[in-house]
Amino acid sequence: MPGPVQSIERAAAILRLLARGSGRLGVGEIAASLGLAKGTTHGILRTLQGVGFVEQDKSSGKYQLGATLLHLGTSYLDVNELRSRAINWADALAARSGEAVWIGTLLDGKVLIVHHVFRPDDSLQSLDVGALLPLHATALGKVLLAFDTQAAACLPDTGLEPLTRRTLVSPAALKRELTKVRERGFADDIEEATLGQASIAAPIRGYGGLVVGAISIAGSVDRLCPSSAGRPDPALVDFVQNAAQMISRDLGAGRW
Amino acid sequence: MVAHYVMSVDQGTTSTRCILFDRGGRLVSVTQREHKQYFPKPGWVEHDAAEIWRNLEHLAPEALHRVGVDPRQVAALGIANQRETTVLWDRRTGHPISRAITWQDTRTDTLVAEFAKHPDAAMVAERSGLPLATYFSAPRIRWLLDHTPGLYEHAECGDVLFGTMETWLIWNLTGGPDGGEHVTDVTNASRTLLMDIRTLQWDPELLAFFGVPAGMLPRIRSSAEVYGRAERAVPGVRIAAALGDQQAALFGQTCFARGEAKCTYGTGSFLLLNTGDTPVRSTHGLLSTVAYRIGDEPAAYALEGSIAVTGSLVQWFRDSLGLISTAPEIETLARSVEDNGGCYIVPAFSGLYAPYWRSEARGVIVGLTSYITKGHLARAVLEATGWQTREVVDAMNADSGLALTALKVDGGMTADNLLMQFVADVLAAPVVRPMVAETVSLGAAYAAGLAVGYWPDLEGLRRNWHRAALWNPAMDAERREGEYANWRRAVERTFDWLQPDGEKSGKSGKSEEPEK
Repeated sequence: MPGPVQSIERAAAILRLLARGSGRLGVGEIAASLGLAKGTTHGILRTLQGVGFVEQDKSSGKYQLGATLLHLGTSYLDVNELRSRAINWADALAARSGEAVWIGTLLDGKVLIVHHVFRPDDSLQSLDVGALLPLHATALGKVLLAFDTQAAACLPDTGLEPLTRRTLVSPAALKRELTKVRERGFADDIEEATLGQASIAAPIRGYGGLVVGAISIAGSVDRLCPSSAGRPDPALVDFVQNAAQMISRDLGAGRW
Repeated sequence: MVAHYVMSVDQGTTSTRCILFDRGGRLVSVTQREHKQYFPKPGWVEHDAAEIWRNLEHLAPEALHRVGVDPRQVAALGIANQRETTVLWDRRTGHPISRAITWQDTRTDTLVAEFAKHPDAAMVAERSGLPLATYFSAPRIRWLLDHTPGLYEHAECGDVLFGTMETWLIWNLTGGPDGGEHVTDVTNASRTLLMDIRTLQWDPELLAFFGVPAGMLPRIRSSAEVYGRAERAVPGVRIAAALGDQQAALFGQTCFARGEAKCTYGTGSFLLLNTGDTPVRSTHGLLSTVAYRIGDEPAAYALEGSIAVTGSLVQWFRDSLGLISTAPEIETLARSVEDNGGCYIVPAFSGLYAPYWRSEARGVIVGLTSYITKGHLARAVLEATGWQTREVVDAMNADSGLALTALKVDGGMTADNLLMQFVADVLAAPVVRPMVAETVSLGAAYAAGLAVGYWPDLEGLRRNWHRAALWNPAMDAERREGEYANWRRAVERTFDWLQPDGEKSGKSGKSEEPEK
C-alpha cells in the first residue's frame, strides 16, 4: 500500500491552521507556522484556491477558508430534490410565459436537463429530462458557467464547437459574455444552439447563495425576442428571474 | 364591479387553503392555515370544527386582501373538502356538540361489525354503492347519538344538525344560527351510507338501518348551483359549489367524459374513473360514488379505487430504514441500478385493499439474494406504486367494461420521472401531468364558476387544461407481463400472515384507511 501523500497532508495542515479562527494569514505566516518553504506553501494555496477551499483577500493578499469548504456538507443538492422543490414554480413560469421551461445542472462539462415543462399549447412535445446540452451555446449553460469558475476553467482554450453561425466559438468572446451574465443576473442564447430558437435563463441558488442549477424558458426567437434589436423581451426576462428567485428562496438562499 | 376571480376553499385533513383563480384557471393568491389534530385514544382522530370555521373566516378575506381584490370582484366561491368527517352541532347556538370525528377514525369498528351481522346488511351496499366500513359517516353519527344523552331527541326535531365539512362551512358562511343554509352536495352525501346512489335522496330504509333521524340531515343539492350568499367572511359572495376532495380533483383534471380517469399520488393514492350517467356496481372491490352533478343535469358517477400505501412507503424507506434523507432521493437511488434485481416489495402494512381486501395480509420483501443492494430496494419501492395502480386500473376496466386509454395524474409523487415512466410502462397507456398541480382547489373553483356562468361550459374548462408532461409506455409486452406475474406471486405471499388467533403473531394490525 502506498504511503500518505505528503502534499495532501500539508494542504490539510494549512486548512486546519486557517480554521483556527486567527482570521486571514499571509503566505509567509503560513509557511513559517508549518515549517514549509514559501514556494511549496504558495503552490498548495493556489491549488486550494482553485477548488474553492481557500480564498485570497484582494487588498491584503492574505488567505482564508473558502465558501465552498464551508458548504461542503450542505451545498450538494440532489437533482430529484431540486425538481421536487421547483416543480410548482416551473409550472407557473410556463403558464405565465407561454413557453417551455427547463431546469438544468452541470454534469461533466454539459448541461443536464433535470426538469422539463411543456409549452402550454397542447402541441405534441416529448420530455427532454436526461438530455445533455452544450454549455457554451445555451442560456442554461452560460448561467452555470458564469457562476462556476471551475467549470469555466475546464472549457477548451482553442475554439468552441459551432452549432450555428451565431454560436460563440472564441473563448475570449465567451468570457466577456459570462462577465455580462454575472452583471445582469441572467443569460440568453439567440439562435446560438438552434436556428430560429432562443432561450433565457437565470441562476437557482441554494444555501449561502451557491448556484445549484439554472432555470430557462426556450422557444421561437420571434416570441422571445420580439423587437428587431435582437434582445430578449424584458417581460419574459422578469418572469424567468422571478421564478429563479422564488425557487432559490424555497431552497434557503436567504438574501437572493 | 366586474367579477374577475373565483374563490376556492380546500378544507383538507391537515389544513384549510383558500385560493383565488382567474379566468384562465391560473392561481392568483393562496392562503393556508393548519388546524390541530386530536388523538384522544388509539384509533381516534378528531378535529375542532369551530377552529376550522375560524380559520376560514380569517383565510378568505386575507386571500383577497393580499392581491387587493374586493369581494364584489369574486364571481363565486366553491368548496372541496376532506370526505366523511362528521360534525354535529346545535342549530341555535352554532356550537359543535363535540369534536368532529374524522375519516381516519376507527372507533366505530365494533359498531360496524354489529351492523354487518344484521339480516338487512346486504341492502347497504346495494343502495349506497359502498361497503359497510368505518370509513363512512353513518356509523359515526350513530356513535355520537349513542354516546351523548338526550341527543337523539334533539336530532329528531332538528335542533341538532349533522354535516360533513362542506355542510358545516356553508351553514356558517350563509349566516349560521341566523338562517344559515343546511345543505350538502351529492358527492359528499354519497359517502355517508345514507343516500340512495340512484335517486340521490336520503333513503328511509338506510336511515332506519343506521338509526339516524331524518330531521338532522342537510338537504342534498347539486355539486354546482348557488346555495346562497355569504353573510360572513366574504359578504355577498355566492356560494356555488361543493365537492368531496377526490371528486374535485377529478373535476379539476377535466375528466368530464365517460372513461376518463385521474390518480392523485400522495401518502396514499386515489384513482377515480368517470363512468358516465349510471353508477357501476363493482364486483372487484371498488367503490361506486357520485362524481359530480351540475345544476339540473343528470349526475355523473365514478368508480373509486384507493391505494393505502404509496408515498407513505417512500416515507417509511426514508424514516424507518434511513436509506435516503429526502423523499425525492428515492429516484436517485433507484437510478443507481438498471432494474429491481428480482426484488419486490408488497406494502400490505395494514392488509391489502382493492382489489384483494385481505385484512390478514402483511407486507413482504421477496426475491432477496446477496446481489440485492439498496438501489434495488428503492426500485422495488417505486415499482410497488406502479403495480398497485395497475391492479386498480385492471379492476376498473373489468367493472366498467371500459379500457383506460390515458391516465391523468397529480400529487407530489408526479415529480418522480422514474415512477411516472414506470406507471406508463405497466399500464401500457400514456400518463399525463397537467400544468396546475392544485387540482382539488381548481375543481371546486371550476364547479362554482360554472354555476354562475363565469365559465360558459365544460368545453371552456377543457381549454384551460394544459399538459405539463407526458410519459409514453416504453416497456415491451413480454417483460411487462413477466414482471406483473412476479408481482402477483409476491402479493400471494402476503396472504394469511396474521393468524386467526391474533395474539400469537405479536402486534395485530387494525385496518387503517389510506391517508389523503
